Amino acid sequence: MELDMMKKVPVREQDPLVRAKNFEEVCLGYNEEEARSESMRCLNCKNPKCVEGCPVSIDIPGFIAKVKEGDFKEAAAIIAESSALPAVCGRVCPQESQCEGKCIRGIKGESVSIGKLERFVADWARENGVKPEVHAEKKDKKVAVIGSGPSGLTCAGDLAKMGYDVTIFEALHKAGGVLVYGIPEFRLPKDKVVEPEVENVRALGVKIETDVVIGKAVTIDSLFDEEGFDAVYIASGAGLPRFMNIPGEQALGVYSANEFLTRNNLMKAFREDYDTPIARGKKVVVVGGGNVAMDAARTALRLGAEVHVVYRRSEKELPARAEEVHHAKEEGIIFDLLQNPVEILENEDGWVRGIRIIKMELGEPDESGRRSPVEIPGSEYEIECDTVIMSLGTSPNPLISSTTKGLETNRKKCIVANEEDGATSRKGVFAGGDAVSGAATVILAMGAGRAAARGIDRYLS
Amino acid sequence: MFKIISSKMLCENISQIVFEAPRIAKSCEPGQFVIVRSDETAERIPLTISDYDREKKTITITTQIVGQSSMKIASFKEGDAFADVTGPLGQPSEFVNEDIEEVRKRNYLFVGGGLGTAPVYPQIKWCREHGVNFDVVIGTKSKDTLIMEKEFEAVAGEHYFLTTDDGSYKHKGVVTTVMDELIAEGRHYDVCVAIGPMIMMKFAAQTALAAGIHTIVSMNPIMVDGTGMCGACRLMVGGEVKFACVDGPEFDAAKVDFDGAMKRMALYKTEEGRAYLKAKEGDTHKGPYHREA
Ligand SMILES: Cc1cc2nc3c(=O)[nH]c(=O)nc-3n(C[C@H](O)[C@H](O)[C@H](O)COP(=O)(O)OP(=O)(O)OC[C@H]3O[C@@H](n4cnc5c(N)ncnc54)[C@H](O)[C@@H]3O)c2cc1C
Ligand code: FES
Repeated sequence: MELDMMKKVPVREQDPLVRAKNFEEVCLGYNEEEARSESMRCLNCKNPKCVEGCPVSIDIPGFIAKVKEGDFKEAAAIIAESSALPAVCGRVCPQESQCEGKCIRGIKGESVSIGKLERFVADWARENGVKPEVHAEKKDKKVAVIGSGPSGLTCAGDLAKMGYDVTIFEALHKAGGVLVYGIPEFRLPKDKVVEPEVENVRALGVKIETDVVIGKAVTIDSLFDEEGFDAVYIASGAGLPRFMNIPGEQALGVYSANEFLTRNNLMKAFREDYDTPIARGKKVVVVGGGNVAMDAARTALRLGAEVHVVYRRSEKELPARAEEVHHAKEEGIIFDLLQNPVEILENEDGWVRGIRIIKMELGEPDESGRRSPVEIPGSEYEIECDTVIMSLGTSPNPLISSTTKGLETNRKKCIVANEEDGATSRKGVFAGGDAVSGAATVILAMGAGRAAARGIDRYLS
Repeated sequence: MFKIISSKMLCENISQIVFEAPRIAKSCEPGQFVIVRSDETAERIPLTISDYDREKKTITITTQIVGQSSMKIASFKEGDAFADVTGPLGQPSEFVNEDIEEVRKRNYLFVGGGLGTAPVYPQIKWCREHGVNFDVVIGTKSKDTLIMEKEFEAVAGEHYFLTTDDGSYKHKGVVTTVMDELIAEGRHYDVCVAIGPMIMMKFAAQTALAAGIHTIVSMNPIMVDGTGMCGACRLMVGGEVKFACVDGPEFDAAKVDFDGAMKRMALYKTEEGRAYLKAKEGDTHKGPYHREA
């Protein structure tokens, strides 16, 4: 293969027209040859900027050097020192604004494809049966972790490696958090990728008890008083969906993105052999412009609908990753930008028959520098549709904070915790991930889990 | 986990299952529900807890066979186990967390219709155990569809009023006729709790509210997670959006938008509604959503 040092080795993808009709993974990843070629592009900087850009500080030049040598096992071991979920991160991290955003190669040409290399190494390790090793002396202390998303899994894995007796409590019937209920199969395969990474955490000795809602069956107080835990890490995410509070939002055929995605991902509604139903709309309007909106839109598309994304700002402000927007467009999603719903229209049976939209223009930049959209009077029009998916963001669920005395939360219902060790206003209670930051990213949630594991270790030592 | 201790049919299409659920049995209260996933491919179905035994660490659920998922649940036998049961979910009935002295000053009227009979049971049992006064009216289509008669007799004795729509057993008429009679007799009630089909709750609430009685109803919209994560269970209460799974399932009847909720529910639950949905959803590969209480 001829290697252009300025350009990434291209990654193979499923053809857009084919993948628009299936739930198979979009990106096919590098093979050995492609990975080794790409690894040649790494300059192995003395002072690697990419590592600074990584919230869990993976030794990126270190593992890439091993890929160059063809020692994938050692490459996997280097990543494993810093990340418990590399096959996940290699697929869903916003590398362009993290490691790859800082890559020196990126100044003149394209940055090294760090994410795809990470994915290659993690997939290779899984396919070749490489398991994480534990050799810590057992400690006589018990830690409870609430929530099995990336933050909880990371914290639990790190603590287990230090020798603690760790139990994760998960409200749903399956471990993984957003990785199993939110992010679709075509971006993050569940059985192939998520499940084995959860298994790896179990292999470290972490117990996972599903179907337990903390704040209901069990409270944080009872974890300490009745179940003998010495510390608790809250990683319950930010799962509470927002609605717009416009007329017609109660109509049949209006879903939160969470409901739509949960039915399809966690409950596998797209598969014939699962019982959970999902409304396959004919024409679907997704309201919102974030990653979640892209996932909902691309899922609806695969279920057979014509899909419109309605977003109130312009393309430049779309909060979704550029790669996701690009993929969505390739697949045929229609973007109705600078537009905002004012009402959902119902037919006489209470079913969605359309949505009334007003056009917007960008006004002056606000404090955050984003230009806020303002309505254009008289520009309202209607789109006919049978399904509306609201994807307006989520906030932390108050179930735990409202049942735990002395746990400080802020105006946005987020739990207040120290960034460097996860400590909260309650002794022995630590918190991190989306529950603290509000909806953010997998890798930031993992970083918080790591920090809290160190904080808990210090607290218990 | 979740091993089934006993499973029986209470009438032609209502099944009752007792199973092990130590964490739930330890902490559940009247008014709360669980979400059951019977096997790997099954839906998550919300079911109200209809009894619990803290010592034996078991809970009881009662379900009407209306579709594939409830059929699956009903087909479970002693020794089988559910794949997953989560709970207790939702808020306990109001009286559970109120000052018991205040509660004892009141007289309660419980009204149960059809399958709604089952969730009334832990409430009257709680009242009996805590020395709270009540009457309970149970309505059902006919003698053949009556459930839990013995249990109700044992707990409520002379305060148990039974009526059948067709008059095939005991009193003839719907629950509101009995409510009217009890009120006309001069019985005084401070709180009415009505659980059953939406239409029954709507009319029971009208009757009770007209008599100036503070009234609670138990809503059972579609649910997925049961923890506030999906919003499938949202409904309008007092002009605000509430999530039945975390804010409810019991709400102040005076504030509930019955017609709105019924529109949503009719589509999911009745035959006509399903046929409509099928036509509407076109190539949906499975039947329309349904929700079993
Ligand atoms: C559709 C979608 C797509 C996304 N795409 C990306 C992406 O491409 N890249 C990226 O970096 N990020 C993405 N994100 C964001 C990312 O998934 C989250 O930031 C991350 O998962 C947060 O991790 P967490 O561990 O804090 O919480 P979560 O993953 O939300 O996990 C929390 C877990 O806690 C459980 N829980 C909650 N309350 C309780 C309780 N009371 N008792 C017991 N358990 C409880 C929940 O059931 C859940 O399993 C996406 C999010 C969504 C919704
Ligand atoms: S069932 Fe999902 S929010 Fe209530």
